[in-house]
Amino acid sequence: MREFDYRRASDVPGAVALLGAEPEAHYLGGGTNLVDLMKSGVERPALLVDVRELPLDRIEVTDDGGLHVGATVTNSDLAAHPEVRRRYPALTQAVLAGASGQLRNMATVGGNLLQRTRCAYFTDVSKPCNKRVPGSGCPAIAGEHHNHAILGASPHCVAVHPSDMGVALTAFDAVVHYVTAEGPHEVPLAEFYLPVGATPHRETALPAGALITGITLPPAPDAAASCYRKVRERASYAFAIGSVAAALDVRDGTVRAARLAFGAVASRPWRAHAAERALIGGPATAEAFAAAADAELAAAEPLPGNAYKVTLIRNLVVAVLTELAAECRRTEEATR
Amino acid sequence: MTTATTPTAPVVGAVGTAHTRVEGRDKVTGAARYAAEIPFAELAHGWLVVSTVTRGRIRSIDAAPVLAMPGVLTVLHHGNAQPLETQYTGPMGAPDPTLQIFQHDRVPHAGWPVALVVAETSEQAREAAESLVVEYDLEPHDVAFADGHPGTYVPESTPRAAAERTKGDLAAELDASAVVVDAEYTTPEEHHHPMEPHAATAYWDSGRLEVVDTNQGSIYVAQELAQLFSLDASAVRVRSEHVGGGFGAKGTRAHQVAAAMAATVLHRPVRVVLTRRQMFSLIGYRSPTAQRVRLGADADGRLRALHHQGLNQTSTVYEFVERSADVARAMYDADAHHTVNRVVRLDVPSPTYMRAPGEAPGSFALECALDELAERCGVDPIVLRARNEPAVGPVSGLPYSSRKLLDCFEVGAGRFGWAERDPRPGLRRDGRWLLGTGTAAASFPTLAGPSTAAVTAEADGTFTVRITAADVGTGARTALTLVAADALEVSPDRVTVRIGDSDFGQAMLAGGSAGTRSWSWAVTLAAHDLREQLALGGHVPPEGITARSDTTAAIGALPPRERHAYGAQFAEVAVDVTTGEVRVRRMLGVFAAGRIVNPLTARNQFVGGMIWGLSMALHEEAVRDGATGTHVAPDLAGYHVAANADVPLVEADWVDDPDDEDPVGIKGIGEVGIVGAAAAIANAVWHATGVRHRHLPIRPDRVLAPWDEALPRPSEDRD
Repeated sequence: MREFDYRRASDVPGAVALLGAEPEAHYLGGGTNLVDLMKSGVERPALLVDVRELPLDRIEVTDDGGLHVGATVTNSDLAAHPEVRRRYPALTQAVLAGASGQLRNMATVGGNLLQRTRCAYFTDVSKPCNKRVPGSGCPAIAGEHHNHAILGASPHCVAVHPSDMGVALTAFDAVVHYVTAEGPHEVPLAEFYLPVGATPHRETALPAGALITGITLPPAPDAAASCYRKVRERASYAFAIGSVAAALDVRDGTVRAARLAFGAVASRPWRAHAAERALIGGPATAEAFAAAADAELAAAEPLPGNAYKVTLIRNLVVAVLTELAAECRRTEEATR
Repeated sequence: MTTATTPTAPVVGAVGTAHTRVEGRDKVTGAARYAAEIPFAELAHGWLVVSTVTRGRIRSIDAAPVLAMPGVLTVLHHGNAQPLETQYTGPMGAPDPTLQIFQHDRVPHAGWPVALVVAETSEQAREAAESLVVEYDLEPHDVAFADGHPGTYVPESTPRAAAERTKGDLAAELDASAVVVDAEYTTPEEHHHPMEPHAATAYWDSGRLEVVDTNQGSIYVAQELAQLFSLDASAVRVRSEHVGGGFGAKGTRAHQVAAAMAATVLHRPVRVVLTRRQMFSLIGYRSPTAQRVRLGADADGRLRALHHQGLNQTSTVYEFVERSADVARAMYDADAHHTVNRVVRLDVPSPTYMRAPGEAPGSFALECALDELAERCGVDPIVLRARNEPAVGPVSGLPYSSRKLLDCFEVGAGRFGWAERDPRPGLRRDGRWLLGTGTAAASFPTLAGPSTAAVTAEADGTFTVRITAADVGTGARTALTLVAADALEVSPDRVTVRIGDSDFGQAMLAGGSAGTRSWSWAVTLAAHDLREQLALGGHVPPEGITARSDTTAAIGALPPRERHAYGAQFAEVAVDVTTGEVRVRRMLGVFAAGRIVNPLTARNQFVGGMIWGLSMALHEEAVRDGATGTHVAPDLAGYHVAANADVPLVEADWVDDPDDEDPVGIKGIGEVGIVGAAAAIANAVWHATGVRHRHLPIRPDRVLAPWDEALPRPSEDRD
């Protein structure tokens, strides 16, 4: 492990300035991913700028009735917050489905968005990886890829984004706020992650040196009937092999609004726009849910070892939407 | 001053009562020091560099830039390392050449040690080791394990372990059978990773090589190192006071040899600790297996033919046989009985003993096949086993020392509620979960290894036991305290047991479920001798009175017999076939495994084995990249073991089964707990879903069925 300097920033401009002065610097949030990568030699920073003490640890209701979440809010605090639990239940479920209690106490919202893929070729410096060493190749395509992408991948990289939280944030149209030396900026989460293409090493739209300060969640009146379902290879403490965040509004048997995002299927949390279009205005039946899933998964390009994910996501969509439709029906009956 | 030892009122009966570990407080407060935590003055730190290629030759090692790095003291490799003795027979037989590090430029598998970088600090050593440029001339490799590999062969039999045993006319009996099950089963490469990694500190003291280590048998490691370094046996001392898990992995490995080499060169203590990733290639593992089981039976399930054929991989430099087919030889009789273990050599690290070697994967195949036969015959799985219960060893014809398998099933079936079970698959549902139950039998050989012990009556009225035992977390130190107390007829708090020091002499290692049995035997003999000496009266001198024992003759005099521990495993599972998730809801194991010395630690052993069986059934699998031949994700993030959330109510109990040949009645409990557990779970998954899963682990992608076809069918094969 390379020797590195450690500085703790006390304000946002100071953090940005510290990082800007050292070309090989990283921000340090909870360190739950970065420190692992440093141990394995994937990251070799000269300087860590610790941002955990920055005054970015608040969760506040915004004027329009949405929610602003500071970048250093821990996963545990985000999941437990009453407004999150009430307005965005799928987000709480997604966060609690990730990692372990100890890790969630350390991990931060900003860091979660910037965590790296757990592709085993990426994390092993003895192997080629286009994401780690551009142009070196992607051995996963011909090798072990049973938990790799079925959507939006390229011949250069088939890694998946590992976040659970990000899947729910994507379904809820979250916006990412960041600052650079030039001042504050924002970018929708939908545009935050770059397409893989020929540049899998370029992962986000963040400019060099930018610091994420928080995210906002727009109001989502349809989100009360929402949920997150994650499938993994053991009951806890494992990354998803497929997950679905969904919100549904059904009235009189017709889908009025639908939000759907998939995890562990692409290089980013995958918003299922085609499925949403197919759902809205249609009947709330298992057949219609399956047809909507098929509309999204028509674009899937599975590899020999991960074709099961197409079936898994389709089944999850039907199961989750069926549950949510029943919840809507119960709410409808209760308010009649 | 001398003190008379007056025998106090006999305290009989420590054995069989629950005692917390004698070193438990030290362990939970951190006072117990593990090998890598023990401080040494002038300590230097070694870091192994292992090959990143799978097969070839080392072309060059560029040590100069690394030697210029901060704190670096030396770089050892095949160009400068001292020669080691290679032609010898060690305590475990012919040595695995992985111990002969830095002796040549050949790389026989990925993760092969190619250099040791030694520096003032661990961090400096690691950074330098990771900076060392090693160039290789690559050669093509073969790491593709599969049944039908052209390199498959039947290994040579040894007097104690026949590769192949046959009885009767297999083809004729299969032809005459009303029902035939013919199925192939596979288990993947599995790893035993103790929480405490392998770690050793070596130094020279007055002409003796001292090694502070973590192992399963300090005398074995000492003897192996003496051979390798051409030293007198008395010139090597190995100590291993606390061991954070062993499971078959903690014998002599490259790190002890590397530490000793570096200590010799640098004239100061050198510590080498393995990383998780290095452990995946350097400490051994359970080979993948491909097994075929053919069972031919009459319509009522009585076996006419039993054929069990196993295949495992080994390295090109060392032959290890995973004896999957052996379990059938002890378990079930048939008119024709054919069992064979086969091996194929690949460019992979050497496999080794891993908890219940042979029986763990073998019982998965055999006990699943029996469940399939029960289904075909329409016979309850427990009734089927009772119908095939042998009177004597099915192949050996030898009498059993004791065999209480059916007692285990009877007690277990009652507690589990087996009688209410509807045998038809795919009928029970709880929301999105299909429910099912399954059972399987377990067995593991009862062994004993010659051991010596010394028991000293101290002048202060206490007693000290010295034996080169190893407490690898099993509670052996506590068990020996209870055994010694009973043999001496004193309270356990008057007995101190000292273990893990090769200077205490020859003793069995902690393996083969035979540690506590072997050591207790020796301790009991020495204690009885000591009591006879004390009974003569007189004073105890300041140095105490010591009695010694050696069980070599007693164990050698044991008549030929079938000696095994047994068990009955039960599991209930819930399966969501739309997501492929399998959850175990409860497990029960009932064992007949000799006299139980300490119910607390014994239950821990059984339950731990059963949980490992759950992990084997659903989670564990090491994967290799075909192109490079190296592991994919060799760490505990990539290699999944069961998490707490996977482990439901797991209960273990036992029936009374004292071994009448053993002075304490012990059989051995270390391994039988995992045997059959994976089969019980796989059989329960079939009962839940109607689908047979013959390939471990039962992963979600293997269970997953399309939504429109997710309803279970009567029975289906899913290979």
